[in-house]
Amino acid sequence: MRRLAAFLLWLALAAGLGGAAHAADPRLVPDVSSRAIEIQYSFTGEELLLFGAILYPGQRLPDDRADIVVVLKGPVRPIVLREKRRVAGMWVNANSIRLRTSPGFYAIGSSRPIEQLVDERTAAIFELGLSNLSMSPTGFSESRKLERFENGLIDLYTRQGLFYQNPRAVEITEGVLYRARIPLPARVPVGTYRAETYLISKGRVLAVASRDVQIRKAGFERFVALAAQRHGFLYGLSAVLLSLVLGYGASALFRRR
Amino acid sequence: MDLYLPVANLSVNALVIVLLGGGVGLLSGMFGVGGGFLTTPLLIFYGIPPTVAVASAATQVTGASVSGVMAYLDRDAVDLRMGSVLVAGGLLGSLIGAGLFELLAALGQIDTAISILYVGLLGTVGALMGREAWGTLRSMQAGLPPPARKRRHHPMVANLPMRWRFYRSGLYISPLAPLLLGMAVGILTMLLGVGGGFILVPAMLYLLGMGTQVVVGTSLFQILFVTIATTMVHAMTTGAVDIVLAGLLLLGSVTGAQVGARFAQKARPEYLRLALAVIVLLVAVQMAVGLFIRPDEIYTVQ
Repeated sequence: MRRLAAFLLWLALAAGLGGAAHAADPRLVPDVSSRAIEIQYSFTGEELLLFGAILYPGQRLPDDRADIVVVLKGPVRPIVLREKRRVAGMWVNANSIRLRTSPGFYAIGSSRPIEQLVDERTAAIFELGLSNLSMSPTGFSESRKLERFENGLIDLYTRQGLFYQNPRAVEITEGVLYRARIPLPARVPVGTYRAETYLISKGRVLAVASRDVQIRKAGFERFVALAAQRHGFLYGLSAVLLSLVLGYGASALFRRR
Repeated sequence: MDLYLPVANLSVNALVIVLLGGGVGLLSGMFGVGGGFLTTPLLIFYGIPPTVAVASAATQVTGASVSGVMAYLDRDAVDLRMGSVLVAGGLLGSLIGAGLFELLAALGQIDTAISILYVGLLGTVGALMGREAWGTLRSMQAGLPPPARKRRHHPMVANLPMRWRFYRSGLYISPLAPLLLGMAVGILTMLLGVGGGFILVPAMLYLLGMGTQVVVGTSLFQILFVTIATTMVHAMTTGAVDIVLAGLLLLGSVTGAQVGARFAQKARPEYLRLALAVIVLLVAVQMAVGLFIRPDEIYTVQ
């Protein structure tokens, strides 16, 4: 039953795309420098290269130069965002909102500033730009408060390197090859990332293509993180044993001297 | 040398953490305290998330106290009966602390609660300790004998029902008193990642009126078992114990503690106590300043 539904959905999508895609529209062939990034003992961040080619029908370059926007988006998760206020002289968490779909990582690079490429509506539809992320706030809150919180989150994550916006990140060579470097900080969350590429010309999105990137902990780090999550008792026991052995070992060692 | 912490989800300079552990260990060896009250704030200043800092500091205190307990057991300077009652209270306290921790975290007030508790506790204990050490030093300089203290338990303790004999401590008091004391300290261990020696020792001396020769050994006994329990509770509830972080801290602190213990044998105890009081007060002031000045981050994600 599920398979049938998926098939029908695929048919509908194929038909829709076939109808929408103009015969003369160009295609994108995207790739990333690594499909899987492993976080291991000395991980201090990495740089991901998003690159690819623009295929024009008939291999003829159009007269207007087209622009490229690349987006790398991490897994979304629900978060509680808290705001500190001064209460009786102390800075304490006073206000909070819930966001159901906040990406743990979002980077956008383009060959020109987004505002010069598309109008606000198109940018909002494709979620292009930090201010256009839809994070699904729950509960009722006035739009001014919401905006203040979202700006706070963007500011916080930008300084931590988890949000990144660079209007000059994409380099286009000879009108057909593009490349962009996206920096990943050490505290990048794990999960399945989506690297999307948009081809834009005259305010219109001509083509979209995407690739998945896995970011995961590997080796010892993966083992420890999994153990801490799934086997709390055994994990705690090994932490206790480690401290007992080290504590006792050191005193035995020093006493012998 | 950068090292990735798998539970804290960030990279730290391993050398800095080992040295930090070493510094804390040096002090703990010199003063006979676990040093959790220094580790947790220092880790938070370094940028480790408060929950991970608290949980991993408790693990470090276990390592710091084990050799002390062995040494005091060898010398028969532990009141095992008193210690067991304290540990029972401490286990109860760590469970209550776990509930409080979860509640405060859900309200978003755990960081503020940690800071306020630190300021209040360290401020009070530091001031009391400093005043006492200062007074002793003054009278020593004047050539007077140090003021004698009457050993006696607090009247509130005498009013509790049920009485047990604690031979090693030379006490005939209700077990409820050490049970409640152990519980209070257990809650603090869970919330703050401290062993609680800096509260236990004065409370055992001045509230329970225990004999001085077993106070330190018995308090270490309680700290050892209660920090083991809180490590387990943290591992099973918050999942915030970072074994790599704890290991780095331990490497530094167990060696530092041995060096500190040698140094302490040469120094005068009055000066040591005054120095400890100053350090405790400095941490309290630093925490208080952190509460009242505008923080770097107004927004936090949970």
